[in-house]
Amino acid sequence: MSTSTIIMMIIGCGTVWGGTVVTILIALAVEKKNNLKNQVN
Amino acid sequence: MRENWQSRKGFIFAAAGAAIGLGNLWRFPFQAYKNGGGAFLLPYFVALITCAIPLMIMEYAFGRKIRGGSVKAFSSLNKKAEVVGWVQVMVPIIVMTYYSAIIAVSVIFMIYSLGHAFGMINWLSDPGPIMGMVTGSAENALDLGAGISIYILIAVIFVWLCNWLIVKKGISGGIEKMSTFFTPMLMVLMIIFMINAVRLQGSAIGLEALFKPDFSKILNPSIWVSAYAQVFFSTTLAVGVMIAYGSYLHDKADVVNSAFITVFANSSFDLIAGVLVFSTLGYLVNSMGVEFTSFGTGAGVAFIAFPIAISTMSQNVVVQGLLGFVFFFCLFIAGLSSSISMLESFATAALDKFKISREKLVTIISIVGFIGSACFASYAGFNYILDIVDAYVGNIVIAGLGLVEVVLISYIYGTGKLRDEANEFSDFKVGKWWDYLLRYFTPLLLGAVVITNLFNLVTGLFSQDTVGILSNIVFGWGTVLIMIGASVIFYKRKWTTDANQE
Repeated sequence: MSTSTIIMMIIGCGTVWGGTVVTILIALAVEKKNNLKNQVN
Repeated sequence: MRENWQSRKGFIFAAAGAAIGLGNLWRFPFQAYKNGGGAFLLPYFVALITCAIPLMIMEYAFGRKIRGGSVKAFSSLNKKAEVVGWVQVMVPIIVMTYYSAIIAVSVIFMIYSLGHAFGMINWLSDPGPIMGMVTGSAENALDLGAGISIYILIAVIFVWLCNWLIVKKGISGGIEKMSTFFTPMLMVLMIIFMINAVRLQGSAIGLEALFKPDFSKILNPSIWVSAYAQVFFSTTLAVGVMIAYGSYLHDKADVVNSAFITVFANSSFDLIAGVLVFSTLGYLVNSMGVEFTSFGTGAGVAFIAFPIAISTMSQNVVVQGLLGFVFFFCLFIAGLSSSISMLESFATAALDKFKISREKLVTIISIVGFIGSACFASYAGFNYILDIVDAYVGNIVIAGLGLVEVVLISYIYGTGKLRDEANEFSDFKVGKWWDYLLRYFTPLLLGAVVITNLFNLVTGLFSQDTVGILSNIVFGWGTVLIMIGASVIFYKRKWTTDANQE
């Protein structure tokens, strides 16, 4: 495979797969924070 | 008392399941292949950020605010706009009639794969005759006497039975339960198929064809219109599904991040499908000397190319058959999770307006829908009418509805107000950029998609013979007119619930 193909593959897959992982991690972190807040209250 | 999603996870899996459909498997890979390979990813990402995500946030937020489907949502903006809501929920019913016929073929191939595994029939290496037997042939769209596929007809009954069983149980009892199990399962199975495909000899040839960037095409406006159309149609926007799903969200549920997750999950599936399809095609190009488009650029890839590829992955017929079964089961799940969302779009809207039990309503829609699907089980229906109806309803009408929706909600309800409501309980906030995109940029781009598709459709008619033109008028424009007529009838009927007075 050419270098440009590999770069585009990494950019393409990395952006959407990475985007999914990051947004899920944010959701989990917020949920954890909210749970802690509820426990404190 | 209106139902709510029992968990955020259940809502996201249901919404992602609605967005991920059979089209992801062949539409994105070939759009990228035809429009500059890796270079297509640039307009694709721009379209995700500027069109899919803003619209998804808008539909979730508006559905949650109104606590109702499209009909109640548009009626709250303007009494006369209710008719737009009805057209919007009528589209998924029409789409379901032919979509069910395609899902039905997956069901038939699942059964044949089991037959292959048990040594009853050896067909995976040569699926052409089976495909021909199932879908039959007709001379043209008007050749209604060509016959009907009893295979598709029986499988369509099964598909509608599944839809009916799930949707009649409601949001938390039916759709959420089904999606929480099947959507992650689909993702995992497709990732396994993708990893296996990348390991095949010749997969690099396929990946080179898919991802090698041709930046000379990037300035071509048609590439940008294709990217916007791909992103828009792929995410099941503007057909009332996401408004309906948003309406069952809890008052304090996150909207913004859920929209990001749904859109990214759908795009992840696009990329998984791209790698899977082109690695497999690369393998076939390498081993059989065929072209990338030898199996067409549509459903033929799934129903012809994949069985052939599966048959060469192992010498053992049991393994071949089971692999085939799992692959077509994936297609079945992808199709079913989308079709239940389409049925729910209409059900939510109708339940908002008419005092009728969910079970009775879903039964009526399923019977009417099945009768519509039976038309597509005919040889002329499956081979010709399906493409015509899809070109008119599945492309132009949906894009047009998206344009009307974004203009009405942005300018009548107001993006500022909706943004505040969307941000209120969200994991992270959207800024003013969201308002500008919805008010100016997205309508402009959706307008370009509508005009381009309409132009292509009309100019395409000139290259057709009399039968082709007549078929387009009868089945294309005819379906659009019937849909609008039915929407007006529903609009004129009185509200029998107190939903519009809430």
